[in-house]
Amino acid sequence: MTALKVILYIVLLAFTVAAPFLFPDFRTQLATLWLMIVVSLTWDMTGGQMGYNSLGNIFFYGTGMYVAAVISIGLVYDVAEYTSAAGGGMNDFTPVQYFTGVGLGMLGAGIFCALCALILGYILFGLRGPYFAIGTLGVAIAAGELVSNWEWVGGGQGITLPVYPADLDEGKLFFYFLFAGTGVILFIFLRWLYGTRFGAAINAIRDDEEKAEAMGIHTMRYKLVTWSMAGFFVGIVGAISAFQLISFEPLESAYQTINLGIFMVVCVLLGGKGTLWGPVIGAIVFHVFKEVTWNYLLGWQWVALGALIVVTVVYFQDGIMGWLAHRKPEWFGVRVEKNDATEGADR
Amino acid sequence: MKILSAITACLSGSVLLFSGAAFSADEAKQINGCEALTLGAAISLTGKYATNGIHAKNGYEFAISKISEAGGINIGDKCYNFDVIYYDDESKGDRGATLAERLINQDKVQYMLGPYSSGLTKAIAPVTEKYQIPMVEAEGASRSLFNKGYKYLFAVLSTSEQYLASAVALAAEKAEEAGKDASSVKIAVAVENDPFSLDIRAGVLEDAKKFGMKAVIDEKLPRDLSDMSAILTKVKLLKPDLLIVSGHSKGAATAVRQIGEMKINVPMIALTHCEAADVTGKFGDTANDILCSTQWAESLSYEDALFGTASNYEQEFKATFSDYDGKKVPYQSAQATAAVYVFKDAFERAGTTDKEAVREALTATDLQTFYGPIKFSEAGNNIAKPMVLRQIQDGEYNVVAPSAFASHKVNWPREAQ
Amino acid sequence: MDQILSNIGLLFEFPIVNLKILIDGLMIGALFALAAYGLALVWGVMNVKNLAQGDFVICGGYVAWYLAGLGLPPLMGVPAAFIIMWGIGWVCYKVVISRVIERDLFTSLLATFGLAIMIAQILNLLFGSDTQSIKLEYATLYFGENDFIDVPIAKLIGVCMAAVLAIGVIIFMKRSRMGQAIRATAQDARAARVLGIDTEKVYAFTFSLNSAICGAAGAIIVMVWLIQPFYGITYAIRSFVIVTAAGLGNLPGVIAAGLGIGALEQYGAHIFGIGYQQAIAVLLLLLVLVIRLIQQRRKRQSLQ
Repeated sequence: MTALKVILYIVLLAFTVAAPFLFPDFRTQLATLWLMIVVSLTWDMTGGQMGYNSLGNIFFYGTGMYVAAVISIGLVYDVAEYTSAAGGGMNDFTPVQYFTGVGLGMLGAGIFCALCALILGYILFGLRGPYFAIGTLGVAIAAGELVSNWEWVGGGQGITLPVYPADLDEGKLFFYFLFAGTGVILFIFLRWLYGTRFGAAINAIRDDEEKAEAMGIHTMRYKLVTWSMAGFFVGIVGAISAFQLISFEPLESAYQTINLGIFMVVCVLLGGKGTLWGPVIGAIVFHVFKEVTWNYLLGWQWVALGALIVVTVVYFQDGIMGWLAHRKPEWFGVRVEKNDATEGADR
Repeated sequence: MKILSAITACLSGSVLLFSGAAFSADEAKQINGCEALTLGAAISLTGKYATNGIHAKNGYEFAISKISEAGGINIGDKCYNFDVIYYDDESKGDRGATLAERLINQDKVQYMLGPYSSGLTKAIAPVTEKYQIPMVEAEGASRSLFNKGYKYLFAVLSTSEQYLASAVALAAEKAEEAGKDASSVKIAVAVENDPFSLDIRAGVLEDAKKFGMKAVIDEKLPRDLSDMSAILTKVKLLKPDLLIVSGHSKGAATAVRQIGEMKINVPMIALTHCEAADVTGKFGDTANDILCSTQWAESLSYEDALFGTASNYEQEFKATFSDYDGKKVPYQSAQATAAVYVFKDAFERAGTTDKEAVREALTATDLQTFYGPIKFSEAGNNIAKPMVLRQIQDGEYNVVAPSAFASHKVNWPREAQ
Repeated sequence: MDQILSNIGLLFEFPIVNLKILIDGLMIGALFALAAYGLALVWGVMNVKNLAQGDFVICGGYVAWYLAGLGLPPLMGVPAAFIIMWGIGWVCYKVVISRVIERDLFTSLLATFGLAIMIAQILNLLFGSDTQSIKLEYATLYFGENDFIDVPIAKLIGVCMAAVLAIGVIIFMKRSRMGQAIRATAQDARAARVLGIDTEKVYAFTFSLNSAICGAAGAIIVMVWLIQPFYGITYAIRSFVIVTAAGLGNLPGVIAAGLGIGALEQYGAHIFGIGYQQAIAVLLLLLVLVIRLIQQRRKRQSLQ
C-alpha cells in the first residue's frame, strides 16, 4: 500500500466520520446509504466473487429485524402480549433495557442469520444459475408470507419497537455510526478476505466449480461459509434498521423482496460485479439517483428506476468499475500493450 | 489509486445533490394574499392503498381550498393559508417513515397530516413523536396507535374496534327477537392481514365473546385480495349468522362480487369501506342489504360554519371533484377534511405558529364539525364521535344503527340476491 | 391447529367440497397455465427468464378493459389484447430483450424485472390503481344441493377460450413452418442458423407470441377476476412455479402442471386458510426444486 493510498483511505474515513456533522439534515439518508453499501457488499460476496446470484439475501435482512425485535422485547415483556392487536401500555423501556436490547439484538440477529444461511445453503447450493436465484427468492417470499401469518410476532400488523430513549440528534448519530461502523468493518474484512486463499477459492468456484472441486477445494464448505458471513452482516444491519425504523411490518418493510432485495443486486451491477469498490460506488450512485427521483419525479419514480435497471443491465453490464477498468486500465495497475484492449478485472 | 479520488469525487458530488435538495422550502411563500403555512403529508398515491390515499388527499385539498376561500387562517393579526407538501409513500410503511423524516428534516415541516391506513400511521407516528411534530391524522384507526403513549398524535376518527361492534350487537338483538339465545349466533370473520383489519377482527372477537358467540370461521384474506371463494365455500358449509369482511376497498369489492356470484345466503353481512369501493355502483343489486360501517354519513345532522351541513359538504365536494359523480363521497375524504379543519381551529386558538402551543391547543380541541364532534382523549383518539352502521337498501345507504341515528329499519334476514 | 383439523374434516364431511375446490382450482389453473406456457416458450427457446410475465398479463387485462370501456364487446377483448400485446411484446423485444439473449442468465432476470416495474407503474399512471374488472352479463350455473357449486358462465367461457388458445398454440408449434423453426432454434440455435433459419426473427416472433398469449390470458382474467397494476407478481410467481415443476422443454407438461398447481393451491387455501395462498405457491416451488435436486443428486449432477 503506497503512502498516497493510505492518505486517501484516511481521508475517506475522516469523511465518513464527519459526514453526519457536515450534513446534519441528511443523517437518516446517510445512514440508509450505509445500509445500501453493506447489503451490496454482502451480495457481491456470493454474487460477484462466488458466482451464485442470490435474489433472497433480503431474507437475512427481514429475519435480522425480527430476531432483534423479539430479543429486545423479550428481555422486558412477554412478546405475544406486546404484539397483540389490542394489547398495549407496554411502552416503557429504560435506557439500560433499550441499549441492552439493541446490543444483544444485533448480535443475536447476526448469529441467527449466519446459522440460517448454513442450513438453507446446504439445500440451496445444490441449485445453479437461475434455479439458485429463483430458489433463494422463493425462500425470501415464503419467509415473509409465513411471518405475516405468525401472530406471536404480530402477524401482518408488524412490530412497533420503543423509541430511542435519549436526545433525538444523538439517536440519529447513534444509528448512523452503527450502520457506518458495520460498513467500515465489513469493508476492511472483505479487503483482507479477498486477498487470502479463501478469496481465491471462492473466485475459483465462480470461474469453474467442477474444476475447483477437482482441484480439491471443498466447494460446499466454502459456499456455506461465504453465505453465512454475508448472512451475518445482513442480519446485523437488519437489526439496526429495525431499531431505526421503530415500526415495521413483515411484507413491505422486513422481507421487502422487490425493493431492497432487488436494489442490492442493481447496486452491485451498477458499480461493477466482483470488485471491492464496485458495490460501494454502485450503492452511492443508486441511492442518490433514487432519492433525487423520489424528490423530483413524484409518480414517475418507479418508471425512472425501472429504466435505470434496464439500462444498467442491458447496456452497461460491467458497471462503473468495469467501464473504468476498460477505459483507464492503468488505474488498476494493468499495463496496456500497444493495441491490446484490456478487459481488466481487479479490485 | 486515482480510483480512490474518483470515489471521493463521487461522494462529494452526491453530497452536493443532497444539499441541493435542502434549499427549497425556506422562502416565505404567499398563497391567495396570505402567508403560506406548510403542512407535510406522505400519502399513498400508488400501491395497495392508493384508492383511499387519493380519497384522503382530495379531502385535504378540498379543505385547504375552502379555508383559503373563506379568508384563510387568522393567527394573531396575520392571515395564513395551508400549503401541503405531498410525497407518495407507495403504501409502504418504511417508505412512509423515511418520507416523514424528509418532510421534517429537509422540508422543515412543523406540522403533519396523517397518511392513509393504520399501518402507515403506525410507521410515521414514531417519527413525528420523535421530532415532536404535531400530526393530525384522519385515516389510522387501529387501537395499537393509541396505546403507545404518543403525545403528538391526534386522530379525528373513531377507533377500529367500534366499526362493527354495532353489527355484532344487532345480530345478538335479532337472535333474541327470534327467540334464540344470543350465544347461539355463529360468526364468520375474514379480514385482511393489516393493522386496521386485524384490529377490527380483535374488536369483533371481543364483542362476540361478551355475548358468548362462536367464531366458526376466522381467516385472513389473501394478500392480493382478488379471490375469497375458499372462505365463502366454508361460509356455505358452516352457515354462520353473521359474516364480517374487512379489507379496505379491494376487500369490500371482492367480497360483494363473490357473495353475489356464489349466492351466499347469510342473514347478516357486514363490511367496511363500502362507499370507498363504490359497491353499489359496481355491483348493483348484489350489494343490497349489506351492512356497512361508516365513520360519517352525509345524512347525519352534523354542521359547522365553514363547510355547512354534512350533505352540503357532500354536494360541494362532488362539485369540486368530478370523479365522484354518481358515487357516495367516502368518509375517508370527509375525515381528511375534518383533520385540516382541526388544524385551522387549533392554530387560531393558539394564536401563534409555535408548535408546542399548537399541540396544547390541539389537546384542548372541542369542535363541532360537519363530520361530527371532535374531542381528543389523552391518547389522542376522538372520543366524541360515534360510528354508524348503514345498510344498503335498494341501492341507497340508510343509517340503521345505532338507534339514536337510525333513519331506517334494518332488513333482516338478508336474502341472497 | 384446530382450524386446520376442522377444515380437513369438512372435506370428508361434505365430499362435494372436493368437487367445488377442484373446479375452482382447474379454472384458475387454466389461466396460470397460459401465462406459464408463454414463459416456457421464451425460456426454452431463447433462454430468457421473463419476470415481466405477470405484468404482460395485467397489461393485456387493461387493454381489454380499456377497449370494453370504449364499447368493444368484452369477448372481443381477448383477440384484441392478443394483437395489441403482440405489438408491445415486439417493441420490448427490440428494445430490451434482443440484447440480453446471448448474455448470462442473470441478466435476463434483472432486465425483465426492470421492465416489470416500469410496466406496472406506467399502468398505474395511465389507469389509476383501482382494481378493475369487466362485468359480463351472463348467468351463473348452479349445481348440487343449495346450489353449492357455482360456475359462472363467464368463467366457463374464459376457460374455454384459454383451452382454445392453448390448443391453437400447440397445433401451431407442431404444424406450421414458424413453429418448427421455433422448436429447431430451441434445440440448437447454432445448428438452426447454419440450416438457414433466421433465428433473430424466430426470437422476435417467440417473444411477441409469449406477450400475446399473456395478453389474451389477461383479457380473460379481467372478465372473471380483478386486475390491478401491481398484481403482476402473482402471475409471474405462478408461472415460474409451473415451468420449474414441468421441467423445461415439456410444453404439454406445463399445462398439466398449471392445472395441478391451481388445484393444489385451492386445497392448500382451504386447509391452511386462504391467507397462506401465496406462501403455498412459493413453498410448492421450493418443494419442486428440492425434489428435482434430489433426483439430480442421485445422478451426481446439480440442477442448472
